[in-house]
Amino acid sequence: MSAFTTSPDISFGAYRVWQRNRDVLLQLWKSEFVAQLLEPVVVILALGIGLGRFVELDSGEEYAAFLAPGLIAMFPMFAAVFECAWGSYVRLEMQGTYRAIVATPVSVDDVITGEILWGTTRSVMNASYILLVATVLTPWLHMVDSAWAVLIIPISVVPGVLFSAISICFASIARAMSQFSYFFNLVINPMFWFGGAFFPFDQLPQWARILAWFIPLSHVVSLYRGLIDGNLRWGLLADFAWITVAAAVFYWLALAGMRRRLVE
Amino acid sequence: MSTNPVEAIDIVKRYGSFTAVDGISFAVRDGECFGFLGPNGAGKSTTLKMISCTSPVTEGRLTVAGLDVGRDARAVKSRLGIVPQDDNLDPDLSVRKNLEVYARYYGLSAKQAGPQIDEALSLFQLSERARDRVDDLSGGMKRRLAISRALVHEPQILMLDEPTTGLDPQARHLVWQKLRLLKARGVTMILTTHYMDEAAHLCDRLVIMHRGTILTEGRPRDLVEEHSGGSVLELRMDAIEREPFLAEVGGIDGVAVEEVEDIVYVFGAGDVSARIAERVSDPNRAFLRPGNLEDVFLRLTGRGLLD
Repeated sequence: MSAFTTSPDISFGAYRVWQRNRDVLLQLWKSEFVAQLLEPVVVILALGIGLGRFVELDSGEEYAAFLAPGLIAMFPMFAAVFECAWGSYVRLEMQGTYRAIVATPVSVDDVITGEILWGTTRSVMNASYILLVATVLTPWLHMVDSAWAVLIIPISVVPGVLFSAISICFASIARAMSQFSYFFNLVINPMFWFGGAFFPFDQLPQWARILAWFIPLSHVVSLYRGLIDGNLRWGLLADFAWITVAAAVFYWLALAGMRRRLVE
Repeated sequence: MSTNPVEAIDIVKRYGSFTAVDGISFAVRDGECFGFLGPNGAGKSTTLKMISCTSPVTEGRLTVAGLDVGRDARAVKSRLGIVPQDDNLDPDLSVRKNLEVYARYYGLSAKQAGPQIDEALSLFQLSERARDRVDDLSGGMKRRLAISRALVHEPQILMLDEPTTGLDPQARHLVWQKLRLLKARGVTMILTTHYMDEAAHLCDRLVIMHRGTILTEGRPRDLVEEHSGGSVLELRMDAIEREPFLAEVGGIDGVAVEEVEDIVYVFGAGDVSARIAERVSDPNRAFLRPGNLEDVFLRLTGRGLLD
């Protein structure tokens, strides 16, 4: 039986793993939260107000308003990546946490599902917070135009799963901590710059737009942009479908990858 | 039919073309301490991993409390308490929180596990360190915490992989003392070790493993008696001395000889060995001592345990 064809063995144990991570966060919340609360505000001020003064968009939109959906997509992606790439690798290899857990009635699939749920939780918390900041600043920066934006909170679960699962996939094949610089520089960083957060795609040549279609973050940004502008269209459903399918595929790969790693 | 805590029939573990465990059979009885003794790479840890369902069995039948390890992994794991070789405690959590979080993996809330946790901490002399970080504990304390952690859900069987490897002698004796206490309470224990004194101290019965197979099985004292003949004479002698000596001694009834590096071991009844010892010119190079499990291994494989 191959790691790729086995059906998932998931129980309440996944929630136990999620609880473990929550308990760790509650012990460390002071140092964990301060940085996370400050960073988006700094970025909004620096890019939205600072850089934004020099940027004129064809749509006539203010740059801070253009930036908002990207920030709400991007920072939660980093939250998930931080938990499930570096964090998972530390728990897998340095701390032996996964091996300790799978010796209990909790299965490998439970562990990975719990980790992805946790990365997703951090991701949703982060998206909610930045949405809140953007809403609070809206009287000045016109960042959130539509009440549909509130849908971002439940929807952000799906990209949370997607980016957590992508990160676990990499952690499952990584052989050393230093290899994560490849993951960051070849996957996450390009996604950050070319995910549609900083500049619009519609003026780019055809090939660049085709390329952008393959970037997961671009669909998240596009979906959030529609909800924040209140410009609802069928394309948003296509974006949602894209990230949902990708999340399912990478979740499956994450389970398979970690089974190969943990079942000897 | 079978109510033994653990039963293995011809189990095999292969990693690709490498066979780590090559068709071994054994049964662990209720309330006993059962040992796997052997050098590194003998297949002891692999066997433990198969019992604890973290490494699938390639061939053969392995049951825990009558449950198949492949089909009923969760039920099997809930009956076991695992003390791994590398402790793998959770450094992100305090000492007490380690036990609470671990108990939760077995479905016990902090409240339900509370009394067990208090008892385990006090039994293993860790109550005063309950709020400390795991990284601040000494090696011996970490091992004791790892054993406590394995006990909070009141397992049927406690499994210890090299429980005192890497500990200083004092910490080691404290761990042994605690394990004897658990044994007196009727806890079934399975342990692996490459220390023959540990096996002799703790185990009611043991198997000696070498290259994935079981060489022999029995009570430590019986095995020593049977294979070492009670007492052993260790002689350091050079090649010139050695040849005539071996020719002479080899013929004596009830005496067996093994050569390892620069030492000649003579196994035989005490009085015969004493007479042989007299023939060696330098008494500092001859040492008569009681037999032990190391000798059993030496007799069976022609090599030492700690190689």
